Amino acid sequence: MTEERRSNYDDILFRMDHIQKSFGGTEVLKDISVSVRAGEVVSIIGPSGSGKSTLLRCATFLETIDAGTICYRDVIAAQNDSSGKAVYAGPADIRKAKKQFGLVFQQFNLFPHFSVLKNIMDAPVSIQKQPKETARAKAMELLRKMGLEDKADAYPKQLSGGQQQRVAIARALAMEPDILFFDEPTSALDPELTGEVLKVIRLLAEEKMTMVIVTHEMPFARAVSNRVIFMDGGVIVEQGDPEKVFGAPEQERTRQFLRNYQQ
Amino acid sequence: MTLSTMFLTMLPGMLRTIAIFVLTLVFSLPLGMVVMMLRKSRIGIVQILTKIFIAVMRGTPLMLQLLVWYFGPYYLFRMPIGGYRFTAIILGFSLNYAAYFAEIYRAGIEAIPVGQYEAADVLGYSKAQTFFKIILPQVIKTILPAVTNEVITLVKDTSLAFALAYSEVFSIAKQISSSQTSFMPFLIAGVFYFVANYAVAFGMEAVEQMFKYYD
Ligand SMILES: Nc1ncnc2c1ncn2[C@@H]1O[C@H](COP(=O)(O)OP(=O)(O)OP(=O)(O)O)[C@@H](O)[C@H]1O
Ligand SMILES: [Mg+2]
Repeated sequence: MTEERRSNYDDILFRMDHIQKSFGGTEVLKDISVSVRAGEVVSIIGPSGSGKSTLLRCATFLETIDAGTICYRDVIAAQNDSSGKAVYAGPADIRKAKKQFGLVFQQFNLFPHFSVLKNIMDAPVSIQKQPKETARAKAMELLRKMGLEDKADAYPKQLSGGQQQRVAIARALAMEPDILFFDEPTSALDPELTGEVLKVIRLLAEEKMTMVIVTHEMPFARAVSNRVIFMDGGVIVEQGDPEKVFGAPEQERTRQFLRNYQQ
Repeated sequence: MTLSTMFLTMLPGMLRTIAIFVLTLVFSLPLGMVVMMLRKSRIGIVQILTKIFIAVMRGTPLMLQLLVWYFGPYYLFRMPIGGYRFTAIILGFSLNYAAYFAEIYRAGIEAIPVGQYEAADVLGYSKAQTFFKIILPQVIKTILPAVTNEVITLVKDTSLAFALAYSEVFSIAKQISSSQTSFMPFLIAGVFYFVANYAVAFGMEAVEQMFKYYD
């Protein structure tokens, strides 16, 4: 292995290879492969039902894959056995893999009985065993970054959707993941609130946070990502530089999708 | 008989009623949790048997169940009737109320959105941490009104122990009333139940308030 290839390999934070996933008899992911390098921002676009959420849910172990490989850096979380069926690693390796990613949900999924501050600092304290003061200081810093330092003592129900989603992003960041997944982070929001969330994600992109974002916000995806993946019917139809995918798509299906989107 | 002697004669009955009430809650509240878990068991036969248990407990009169627990051992095993009157009462009440609480717990747990489990899972909370820190506090909040209803029903249901000739407050009231040809004992018993319910409602309201902080 040459030096160059070695460093490329070290660069890859997350890799999914030949993923297959069915629900009942329907194949939802058909031989999907994705890898993400440190500092990359990857957007996933595609029509409803194309398997974008399923892909993220498989990557974050909320769904189990039927076949394929999932790696986080050097941790192999799942790989095929000799019969071609995916087998997951033991709990220790899964835990190691889980430490490396965070997920922001469409519906925020904040814990309603925890204050904003506790939502952010509870996992670092009770899972990572960080000292309370350290975790609190870091949570406050994240809240400042999200423009919500005055909401530390509020409860999720007292916040707007945009504010809740920013708290959810802070909660994920507090665990210091290497890679952050977003599943349509603005789809549950009123149009006038999407901007404040997209602004935060843009800020993270400027800081070279590695992110994979499923989104229907095309101008945002075009502006913020290094790479765009267009999915349809459980396969990756096209991927590449956003200017290329949005500006001069090679595939007819991509063109059609983007055309429908502009109407 | 003066009012105060009447009251004093009924006092031990009141204490027995309170004993039934407290012991039933002490046993049935946790037992309901066990029944709920068996009800949600992935082992088919366990689930079916638990469903039948709950259906019988909720579908037949509690008075009948008390009679079965008390006289059953005699008719089934020819065991002498006696000694276990209080045990039969607590057993009957606890199993019956456990069935009701199990269904309340189940509804409460099923009302928690799956996103709560998923968020906790991705953050790395263990199964136990997720249940005790994230799910249970929310479940308790949602089921409190239903639990309050059951507890208030229990205050009144304690009078069913008279079916086993157990001298709780209602049985004693009946005795004194017929021996003294007075309606007064029933009035005292009525006030007792009312005050007890009022205290329960007041206590549960305070607990519900405690959980309102995140509305
Ligand atoms: N738990 C499930 N059980 C059965 N089918 C499912 C399940 N989850 C997803 N599906 C199916 O898998 C397909 C892909 O769904 P998925 O949610 O991944 O699409 P998506 O690209 O995220 O769509 P959207 O843009 O609407 O969010 C759909 O046909 C959906 O009905
Ligand atoms: Mg989706």
